[in-house]
Amino acid sequence: MIRIKTYKPLRPGGKKRKRLALVFLLFLLTTQFLNVYGVQRFPKPEFESGYFQPETLQPAGRAEMLAIMDVFFLVLSLAIVTWLVLKKRSRTGVFWMSLASLAYFGFYRQGCVCSIGAIQNMTLALFDKSYVLPLSAIAFFILPLIVTLFFGRTFCAGVCPFGAMQDLVSFNPQKAGPKLNTVLGLIPYIYLGLAVLYAATGTDFIICRYDPFVGIFRFNASFGMFIFAGALLISGIFIARPYCRFLCPYGVLLNWVSRFSWKHLTITPAQCIQCRLCEDSCPYDAIDMPVTGKNPEIRTATLRKMILICLLIPFFTVLGGWTGSQLHETLAGVNGKVRLSRALLQPAQTTGQPESIEITAFKSSGKPVSQLYAETSLLLKKFYTGGWVLGCFLGLVFGITLAYRMVTTYKTDYTPNKGACFSCARCVDFCPVTLNNNTPKLT
Amino acid sequence: MEEPENNPKFNRRKFFATGLRASFLLGIGGVAALVAKRSIAGGMVWQLDPAKCVQCGRCATNCVMAPSAVKCVHVYAMCGYCDLCGGYFKPETKTLTTAAENQLCPVNAIKRKFVEDPFFEYTIEEPLCIGCGKCVKGCGSFGNGSLQLQVRHNICVNCNHCSIARNCPSDAFSRLPASQPYLLRQVSVENQITAKTPGR
Ligand code: SF4
Ligand code: SF4
Ligand code: SF4
Ligand code: SF4
Repeated sequence: MIRIKTYKPLRPGGKKRKRLALVFLLFLLTTQFLNVYGVQRFPKPEFESGYFQPETLQPAGRAEMLAIMDVFFLVLSLAIVTWLVLKKRSRTGVFWMSLASLAYFGFYRQGCVCSIGAIQNMTLALFDKSYVLPLSAIAFFILPLIVTLFFGRTFCAGVCPFGAMQDLVSFNPQKAGPKLNTVLGLIPYIYLGLAVLYAATGTDFIICRYDPFVGIFRFNASFGMFIFAGALLISGIFIARPYCRFLCPYGVLLNWVSRFSWKHLTITPAQCIQCRLCEDSCPYDAIDMPVTGKNPEIRTATLRKMILICLLIPFFTVLGGWTGSQLHETLAGVNGKVRLSRALLQPAQTTGQPESIEITAFKSSGKPVSQLYAETSLLLKKFYTGGWVLGCFLGLVFGITLAYRMVTTYKTDYTPNKGACFSCARCVDFCPVTLNNNTPKLT
Repeated sequence: MEEPENNPKFNRRKFFATGLRASFLLGIGGVAALVAKRSIAGGMVWQLDPAKCVQCGRCATNCVMAPSAVKCVHVYAMCGYCDLCGGYFKPETKTLTTAAENQLCPVNAIKRKFVEDPFFEYTIEEPLCIGCGKCVKGCGSFGNGSLQLQVRHNICVNCNHCSIARNCPSDAFSRLPASQPYLLRQVSVENQITAKTPGR
């Protein structure tokens, strides 16, 4: 720095103007004036040796055409997989399709943008009017949902690269049991709720942040992500598709939509004969066993249950909402602005420690502190409302889950649970019934 | 599990399901329609604003790409072609030679080339650059600020949420339309003209 003071700026005097330089200058004026700024300590020299100043390259990103191609491939693979599942009922076909999707959406497209993450783009777009989202994000969000609404979760079977990745390692799937499935099955709701809250407040895209497989698709996972992905894949050997069943936030939406699907995959092509051959065929515990009404419950007991449920659901909803609103300051702690404000508000205690880079950067930005505080208090209000909504949602989900476990629906056949079934078509091969005659192929 | 068509309970359920399906469809379509107005086909890309950046070094370490998709970009139009380049030499440098120990860049990604006395051209070898911003800081404090950090879109995979953006202390990252993906600081028009006028 001391040397710099002694440094004399070199002023080129009486130099010939180069026509080329002028042409280049004009070119610059027409192309790249995005942000005009002028701290010119040293004037630009005028060269005598015919030196031609190189152009500052500004390589473009991925072509728009390729984004359209992504959507095209999404539609195509959805169509093929749905056809393979419902018409061909071919597990082999679905398997190869899922590998193709893994190659394209996973390794070639490097897992971005995916349907799961698109939840956040949609949310941010709904809450932040200044956010412009790519058309492909909308397509990736709605197309699988619409297909699922008609044909079940064929997207999960053979289009989602996450599903395909986990399917590759599920060598020895074990049954998790209904209790564990229900309890762990609540996690995706929490994940979804938090993802929506943080996207709506413009805090972060947590689904992308904690995306376990993107590091694998890009061959450069950070250490933490590598451990997470490794843990998921290793547990995936015994618990098939752990991310799909116990984490995936998009799976929550697909699950609900799929319950009302118009034509869902059936295990048997014709009539179930209760041979029980498919009973253990589903690696995801998605087959509902028959529940025959041998001892129908007495009316009063059913009535009492109904009343209890009607009381429990609102109770949990309000309790959840209240808890959420109480936690809003903690929830807001993830937000960078909130953290910055808090750091600025308590400088006295942290004497001795050097000022954090965030504070230095904020001070040098010239933004008034009052404006930051105003923005933060607005954010905190949003988090308060968001905390209520998130809490109510989770309470409601908890209540409904409890209620679900209290009621019994009677049915006679083995059927895939329309919500949980990934339409992978594995169970299909276990059914001995053929379409033409209603008798077993094998005896 | 075929149920008889004349079973009233079954018909009621079917009607109920159709209604729900229709409302789901309306809901999904409605949400899409709400946001579709503000969508663009080419999408958005991440870029950092050099005017906000404080060269904290996190661009080098937080990108999902290794080395980072953020590179030092040289805006030649702003450069003074200085012999003693604040972005090339370490501040304590005694001899202005290209010796590695004199260079500020930890990976020696800046190439210094003699143009004519007393001017030198500095070129960034982008494949080597790790985006640490050391040179940018040097150039900004002692020079014209012609070295600037930018997300290079031929390398950036355009993450749905840029992982540097969430760690940038100066909030320098934002989404830009893919048709205008750079935020280079330019010297103002008048400045450039006046810098040239004495020679006339
Ligand atoms: S549950 Fe989620 S991760 Fe799994 S296949 Fe479906 S969308 Fe993909
Ligand atoms: S298709 Fe069959 S095996 Fe596959 S998830 Fe659904 S019920 Fe399970
Ligand atoms: S993280 Fe932000 S402040 Fe740090 S070098 Fe990158 S753009 Fe600059
Ligand atoms: S969007 Fe992703 S690849 Fe691009 S600069 Fe940010 S972290 Fe790096």
